[in-house]
Amino acid sequence: MRVRFVLSEMSIGLRRNLSMVLAVVLTAAISLSLLAAALVLSKQIQTMKDYWFDRIQVSVFLTKAVTDPERNAIRDELIQLPQVEHVYYESQSQAFARFKEQFKDVPSLVKNTPETALPESYRVKLKDPKKYEIVASAVQHMPGVDQVQGKSKPLEQFFRFLGYGQKIALAVALVALAAAVLLIFNTVRLAAFSRRRETGIMRLVGASDLYIQAPFILEGALAGFLGSLLAVGGLVLTKAFIIDRGIHGMFGNVVNYVSWGAVASIIPIILLTGVLLASITSAVTLQRYLRV
Amino acid sequence: MIRFQGVTKLYPNSARPALEDASVEIEKGEFVFLVGQSGSGKSTFLRLVLKEEKPTKGQIWVAGKELSRLSHWKIPALRRQIGTVFQDFRLLPNKTVHENVAFALEVIGKPRHTIAKVVPEVLDLVGLAGKEDRMPDELSGGEQQRVAIARAFVNRPMILIADEPTGNLDPSTSVGIMRLLDRINRTGTTVVMATHDSHIVDSMRRRVIELEHGHVTRDQSRGVYGYAR
Repeated sequence: MRVRFVLSEMSIGLRRNLSMVLAVVLTAAISLSLLAAALVLSKQIQTMKDYWFDRIQVSVFLTKAVTDPERNAIRDELIQLPQVEHVYYESQSQAFARFKEQFKDVPSLVKNTPETALPESYRVKLKDPKKYEIVASAVQHMPGVDQVQGKSKPLEQFFRFLGYGQKIALAVALVALAAAVLLIFNTVRLAAFSRRRETGIMRLVGASDLYIQAPFILEGALAGFLGSLLAVGGLVLTKAFIIDRGIHGMFGNVVNYVSWGAVASIIPIILLTGVLLASITSAVTLQRYLRV
Repeated sequence: MIRFQGVTKLYPNSARPALEDASVEIEKGEFVFLVGQSGSGKSTFLRLVLKEEKPTKGQIWVAGKELSRLSHWKIPALRRQIGTVFQDFRLLPNKTVHENVAFALEVIGKPRHTIAKVVPEVLDLVGLAGKEDRMPDELSGGEQQRVAIARAFVNRPMILIADEPTGNLDPSTSVGIMRLLDRINRTGTTVVMATHDSHIVDSMRRRVIELEHGHVTRDQSRGVYGYAR
């Protein structure tokens, strides 16, 4: 394989097809940006929900002075309630471990919180989430119970709202990706057509499929890669300026924001999606329009 | 070198076979004219040799290989043993003479130093020494066909297929092309040439295979174009 030859064929193709290639780059950039937005939103939701959010409906926090008999009595009371499906117990050290995990990106908060600040608790999963009141009233006044907490309605609505945003971004991303695929399909077909003289001769003198198709596939892959680079650039700028400076600057530390680590984990997904989508589309197109 | 055994080719959407029950054997080093009117099956014959088409019936051997048993990915290797020349030259207009010939070697992955050595040799052989840097549109038709022959022969194929190579050329230029093909044949390359040109066939006195409506109607060593002329 003569790399230099394939690369020069590719660059000839790129120059000949510049406007179409630019269209592919931009469409890929837009669709991948939307995909990135959907992924960032889902990471953000994950970051804000604590471990128990989707697992239980009622939390029974115990006082610091709770005794062993009191603790057992509360558990027995919860277990015998017909509305209860399952009761989890969370000790202080478990609670602290989850707290550290959730706020690992805010080390100052973790450092200033002693392990004893977090209460032990029973986390209760209900058969019917609406029956919260019955469970709450059953244990609320038992000795050793500090506080009974249901799910926060506003918080739940907020998460649902973010969830919708994420789904919409994902749906638009899919439509835009479909547009990008069609555009790549057309671009490669045009490229194959405009170079049919060369490819015809290549076939005739016995060039392998790989040799004939590699420049076209690389062309598609490069366009996809440039598009995904633009999308990644947008993602990094969004994290740096809109999330960190904009929202964080305006509202401060009210919630935990999506971390650089989470953003970094999205970047390879975007790059890979862009490159693979473009090269696979190119290869499939060539199977149809560049038969040997 | 080339053997057709009971070969029939029926194109889809066509009532009459382009080639019917054709059996032909061409030995290594032969020079064969394929004659016949348009639509007699000459082009189909050549396309079958290149495995650009598959026969509907029958078997074809080229360079010792039975083509129906040749897997898809081995077709390039087959075509590297066959040089091809066409009536319309098929040169790349944006490449020089040298680049056009080198292209055929580049795309099969030949190393740069080999290309630098063999391209001038073959250009010298076809009589184009000194015109390496011309563009195809600066050349006469005969010279363009010489470039095409150089490209077909640069990889030293065992077989050279020429489909009406003199079809676009005037008679005196055609003679030069025929001399060149003859010289290539004398190096041991099997040459199969489809042609309409009765003067050339009559003057060369080589083996003639005549096709008519897809049938082999004549196979004559040292033949002429047609009896009735």
